[in-house]
Amino acid sequence: MFKERDLEEIRATREEWERTVLKTVMERWPERREEFRTMSGIPVKRVYTPEDIAGKDYVRDISFPGWPPFTRGVQPTGYRGSLWTRRLITGFATPEETNKRLKFLIQEGQTGLNIIFDNPTTNCFDSDNPICEGEVGRDGVPIDTLRDMEVVMDGIDMRSVSTSLIIAGPFVMCCYIALAEKRGMPIKELRGTLQNDMISLFYTVNSIAFSLPDAFRFSTDVIEFCRRHIPRWNPISFIGYQIREMGCTAAQEIAFTLASAITYARELIRRGMQVDEFMPRFSFFFNAHNDFFEEICKYRAARRLWARIAREEFGAKDPMSWLCRFHVQTAGSSLTAQQPMNNVIRTTLQALAAVLGGTNSLHTNSMDECYALPSEAAARTALRTQQIIAYESGVTNTVDPLAGSYFVESLTDKLEEEARAILDKVDEMGGMIAALQAGWPQREIMRAAHEYHRKIKEGELAIIGVNMFEESEEELPLEILRIDPSHEEHQIRMLREVKARRDNNAVRRSLDNLKRAIERGENIMPACLEVVKSYATIEEMMSTMQEVVGRGEESKHAFVC
Amino acid sequence: MSESRPIRVLLAKPGLDGHNRGINLVGKALRDAGMEVLYGGMRVTPEQVVEMALQEDVDVIGLSVFSGGLMTAVPKIFKALQESEARDIPVIVGGIVPPMDERELLQMGIARIFGPGSDLDDIVECVRELARGRAKRETA
Repeated sequence: MFKERDLEEIRATREEWERTVLKTVMERWPERREEFRTMSGIPVKRVYTPEDIAGKDYVRDISFPGWPPFTRGVQPTGYRGSLWTRRLITGFATPEETNKRLKFLIQEGQTGLNIIFDNPTTNCFDSDNPICEGEVGRDGVPIDTLRDMEVVMDGIDMRSVSTSLIIAGPFVMCCYIALAEKRGMPIKELRGTLQNDMISLFYTVNSIAFSLPDAFRFSTDVIEFCRRHIPRWNPISFIGYQIREMGCTAAQEIAFTLASAITYARELIRRGMQVDEFMPRFSFFFNAHNDFFEEICKYRAARRLWARIAREEFGAKDPMSWLCRFHVQTAGSSLTAQQPMNNVIRTTLQALAAVLGGTNSLHTNSMDECYALPSEAAARTALRTQQIIAYESGVTNTVDPLAGSYFVESLTDKLEEEARAILDKVDEMGGMIAALQAGWPQREIMRAAHEYHRKIKEGELAIIGVNMFEESEEELPLEILRIDPSHEEHQIRMLREVKARRDNNAVRRSLDNLKRAIERGENIMPACLEVVKSYATIEEMMSTMQEVVGRGEESKHAFVC
Repeated sequence: MSESRPIRVLLAKPGLDGHNRGINLVGKALRDAGMEVLYGGMRVTPEQVVEMALQEDVDVIGLSVFSGGLMTAVPKIFKALQESEARDIPVIVGGIVPPMDERELLQMGIARIFGPGSDLDDIVECVRELARGRAKRETA
């Protein structure tokens, strides 16, 4: 990007600067530490100059927003056209309570829905299964049957919102589709995202309803179905967020997320789809952690790397296939129980990094999440954080304002390079599923997590209120959301009412059909949709599937120490 | 606990959540401190926890939970321990615990609760003391 003569002059000036002022200052006032590194351990130089990006080609490597390789974002006009979607994770207690909170957030200016489900639902258990005692509605909203989705979305126009469903597999997706049909809405008009990345969920939240290959098969069925019938729906969102929450580095976050996307892409091609039939609706989900610049560069590197993989390795022709469109959530694991108000500030910086990195959608955590699910007041502040960045700060006025920074471009390169090396290693191992079965990503991630905690312990990484500026006696300055145990009883009552009202013959017939579809190796979605419409429960559906393929078990690589 | 063998700790995750970063970190810290760590698995029932604890003759039980399941699991664990005349095995908890549940858990008899941001050395020290305390009571 620079002429040889200019670079020579820069080098000469740098050397003179080092010999003179820098040397004098360093002798009298040494720097605070021997070396500086990013949170993930990448060395950071004192100062970056054109020399650090001398080999770069503007058009090939950086270019324009909305133009390959999309380093500067997927939209040509960035946030000047439209702002990112502001969607806060919502879901607690009961479908009724969740519906109220969703309406509150829409009224407060939220522009998309982001619904999270409780542990029983995520594990495909009914609320009245004894194993769920005490867990119903605690970490999200319970969905036992289609009835619960009807209540969650009551009074919300499904044509005008885009909805993100933080869950994998067919059941909840089918509830959403069935509800649209019931309301007389053509399902092709639905907009939103299903998380559905069973590969990442296998080792992050350790989903075990099915074995990894079976879970992978069913989630791929959902993608195939959605691509054929719901053109504007993102049927999968490759998860980097949870991987980062396990303690991995920024480069690992990029690499393992893309590794999952590559695995699904290969499978869809194997099933006979063209790459440009499905790839335009691939979406991604990243974390926003504490190291401001490293995070910004992570998003830029991920976009560029994905564009290159999609074009060069998969031969995608549709520019939509090249886009790494992503949602970001600020890092839950960065929040501290100590001095919880500080979490507002942490979250603000993380959200700002996501915005400067060009996120398409954003969730900001609430300050109280080290204690419980967010209270209404804390959730409002989290939403306001995004609104202040969006409307007050001015950072949205120009696209990718940090492009061209010697440091930012150099760190973006470094992260892309590191992520590429990890992807090569995954390929050498026979792909992501084989690598996971061998436990390699799990071990690498835990190693990074141990390193992170060692740094905090030894003070190399500062966490205010934890290893710096601690306070001995603290009063909790927050009101904590309490989920009344009566909600669980209510949910069980509702489930039993549905079961008493429904036509059990229809339930049985639909479950038998599903069984046959699995046995014949067909796409299970049409059969699942019928199951849901008969008001069968999530557990009835899972058990039927398990009767054919068996259940999963905890990976022997889940406990690494 | 006899002086000749290392402290044995059972780590397990009752409840339905799958977060395992905490339990892995604690497991390593305890192992690095010379203890024997037995991993009980995720989504285990209270009865399974107690069965493993007795079978492996552990000195301390550590539970890691990031969901509401803790409040129903803990009384059941204590009940099962009581029935096996092993109520003296100390139980500690790590994870996300709302402040109101914290008080209740301590009243139920949980020895210590380690929330986010806890120091691994504190956890190691706590386990060591609890194991030592139990050994003393046994000798007495």
